[in-house]
Amino acid sequence: MSETKKRTIKTINIDADKCNGCRACEVICSSFHAMPPYSSNNPARSRVRVVRDPLRDIYIPLYAGDYTESECMGRDKFIIDGKEYDECGFCRTSCPSRDLFREPDSGLPLKCDLCDGEPEPLCVKWCLVGALSVTEREIEEPAEDLKNQELEIGLQSLMKRFGTEKLLDTVGQITKG
Amino acid sequence: MRYAETGYVLEVDLTKGNIERVATDPKETELYLGGLGTNAKLLWDRVPAEVDAFSPENLLIFAAGLLCGTPATGCNRTIVSTISPQTKLMAFSMMGGFWAPELKYAGYDKVVLRGKSPKLVYLYINNDKVEIRDASHLKGKGAIETAELIKKELNEPRAQVAAIGLAGENRVFYASIEQGRSSASRGGIGAVMGDKGVKAVVVRGTKDLCVAKPEEFNDLCTEVLDYIKHREDNPIPDVMPILAGLGSPQEMKVHDEKWHTENFNWGNARTRRKDFWTDEVSHAWEETMDKARTRLISCFNCPMKCGATISMEGLPTYMMKCFTKLTYTMAAFSDLDFGLRMAQKATEYGLDGFSTPQVMAFAMELLEKGILKQSDFPGMPEENDAKFFYLLDMIVNRQGIGDILAEGTYWAAKKIGNGAEEFAHNNIKKHEQLPLKLSMLNPIYYLMYCTGEKINITQIEGQFPQAPYPKVEQREEFVKDWIQVPDDKFKDIFLQWEPRGEKSMPHFPTVDMCCDIVDWQEMMHYIDDALGQCAGLSSFPLKPPYHIHNYPKFISAGAGIEMDKEKLMKAAKRYRTLVRAFNIRRGMRRVDEQPPANHWKNRFPELEKELLDSYYKLKGWNDDGIPTKETLEELGLGYVAREFEKTGVYDGKPAVTAAATQETLLSGGVQP
Repeated sequence: MSETKKRTIKTINIDADKCNGCRACEVICSSFHAMPPYSSNNPARSRVRVVRDPLRDIYIPLYAGDYTESECMGRDKFIIDGKEYDECGFCRTSCPSRDLFREPDSGLPLKCDLCDGEPEPLCVKWCLVGALSVTEREIEEPAEDLKNQELEIGLQSLMKRFGTEKLLDTVGQITKG
Repeated sequence: MRYAETGYVLEVDLTKGNIERVATDPKETELYLGGLGTNAKLLWDRVPAEVDAFSPENLLIFAAGLLCGTPATGCNRTIVSTISPQTKLMAFSMMGGFWAPELKYAGYDKVVLRGKSPKLVYLYINNDKVEIRDASHLKGKGAIETAELIKKELNEPRAQVAAIGLAGENRVFYASIEQGRSSASRGGIGAVMGDKGVKAVVVRGTKDLCVAKPEEFNDLCTEVLDYIKHREDNPIPDVMPILAGLGSPQEMKVHDEKWHTENFNWGNARTRRKDFWTDEVSHAWEETMDKARTRLISCFNCPMKCGATISMEGLPTYMMKCFTKLTYTMAAFSDLDFGLRMAQKATEYGLDGFSTPQVMAFAMELLEKGILKQSDFPGMPEENDAKFFYLLDMIVNRQGIGDILAEGTYWAAKKIGNGAEEFAHNNIKKHEQLPLKLSMLNPIYYLMYCTGEKINITQIEGQFPQAPYPKVEQREEFVKDWIQVPDDKFKDIFLQWEPRGEKSMPHFPTVDMCCDIVDWQEMMHYIDDALGQCAGLSSFPLKPPYHIHNYPKFISAGAGIEMDKEKLMKAAKRYRTLVRAFNIRRGMRRVDEQPPANHWKNRFPELEKELLDSYYKLKGWNDDGIPTKETLEELGLGYVAREFEKTGVYDGKPAVTAAATQETLLSGGVQP
């Protein structure tokens, strides 16, 4: 048996059909993340945003994911059940192409931290209509040494693409500083 | 540092095109709270009795309640105050939705519009940037259509838009202001907006809103959420489904309309159809609703799903809530499919869903009785439903007879004459009421109908059960967890109250008990209207999460104003009295305070007199309904008393121009 370690994965289940578009999740998120906590609220600072367009029946609670410096080469647009969603409508990234998931004043990126320290994410607690729920599961994943195999695979592909010498030079250059 | 409120008001002079950001006095917040309270103060200070609804000196105030925009669940109401063209008294219609919190996030508590714009404009508030923009391309557009067009042209899908439709532009006396799933409909405030040349007020805000005691405020919010869950799991037993839960009456969700269709009157509030709700009707209506309703929806930060998105085949989607579901249907003796189609058109036109159907049914009745002639309705289709669509267009465009009907049943009847007044039979203070006609006088409702200055019964009732339980055990069970009562005496009254016999209506609850019940119910509504809290989680349903015991804590922790039960009750009494004083100054008197004559079949004139006498006394008003000098002084409203003395209000002199009793019409209607 190869070695594994256990990790807890938290999943926020988003049942968009149950969303009533009230934005309570935005309110409590921005309130909890204020400094000091709960001292102010401002949905524009929230790390969860309800993309809503009532006349087209669009209600998508969307969580802030990673920050990126550069936007995608192309854009995507989904049409589901005849409903056309906004460009990049399901993307969680804080990206230069839009103002979503960035502090309104500083422009600094925002990212959902599942309300670190709280028993459950507060957006879930405040969503009485059941559109948001959280489940936790434990997963087993390969220990570090097994992961090294992944590193080897990655390096081999880089060697193949750029040549061993170039790769070593570059590693040397980066690590110099 | 201001908490919960921003401390700023936007003053917009539409005549000059001038916009100013004005700091407000925190002392005023302490005295009048916010929302309706501070609106009433502004109107008292700046709108004298001579000012007409359609005068440039009239103010149109959009206010976010004191706690709007904080995390307090359901606190999202915009309180719009002005002079009503119909009642000529203060109108303070309200709307939920998303507008008020957005205004707070933009950095303002109120928008005060004065003057008149020479051309049609809309106001765009984007944080610190505020512009008056041309709206000539939006002329005649529907209210919802307008909101969509504006969001698109501003490239700001998150902006909140309060707009009028053609009815407001054409100053129909019962025109509404529409805002997505909500509307401020009563009193004709949309007509005032149209008169001022404002098509829409658009707001986008991305600023922080602070609360004074963060942890404490959050704990209070959590308690409210827990209580809502508790109430969802524990509906009130043995009452009608619409009274069992929280929120506005769940008209969008509930299919069973037996109670409304068989107890409310059809047509011009005339005909009761006691066997209407058959299985066949039930199935057909359920199918209509299921097909039309895309989703149940909510206002800002509220789990109650009181509204719905409605898509009728071949018509643009719109949003609806509450009893407008049935008003058009019942006025026209038609079915739900017709009602939902008509409501779509009426929503785009921006019309009140209570007055509009009644005005149309009134016109049909006048035609039937020969008071209006077929020639008054040129080109009217034969088919019943089509007639109503025809009438709607005539009214909104103020064409022919529509120009007269556009002023509501009271004023239209006066103009039409020839006995038409008898048919404008369902008004209080010149304003159309729910089509209810009952047998036995209900003394609690009698007082509410007479004295309610919202002039809309559903906006005053709540808190105390509408009917007694037959069994003592049921009553005992009910009062067990009745934490909302301000005083245990209300439990005693309810325990004694019987459906029949000595301890039943109209003589029990006794006169004094009725006065106390009405005073409590009204007070809760007035507190909601200052804080911006939706009545659906507070003053309207039984056993709500917000009440007189936790409200002071919310105000202390939220706004940082030291508050307790007594101080809050006094503040509510202060601005409630100021609303009355404002209307007294405009000529309102005891004579105006009566329910529609045919509202109850069995009347008790002596008892009614005693009720009104006692209630006035409890309120600190004299026999003519005028707040006494002592009452005013005690509430810190000495300035009102001085004006009343100066102008001879106490000496029985008519008010300066007696605006409310003035029988002249404001707009140039065509004589029939």
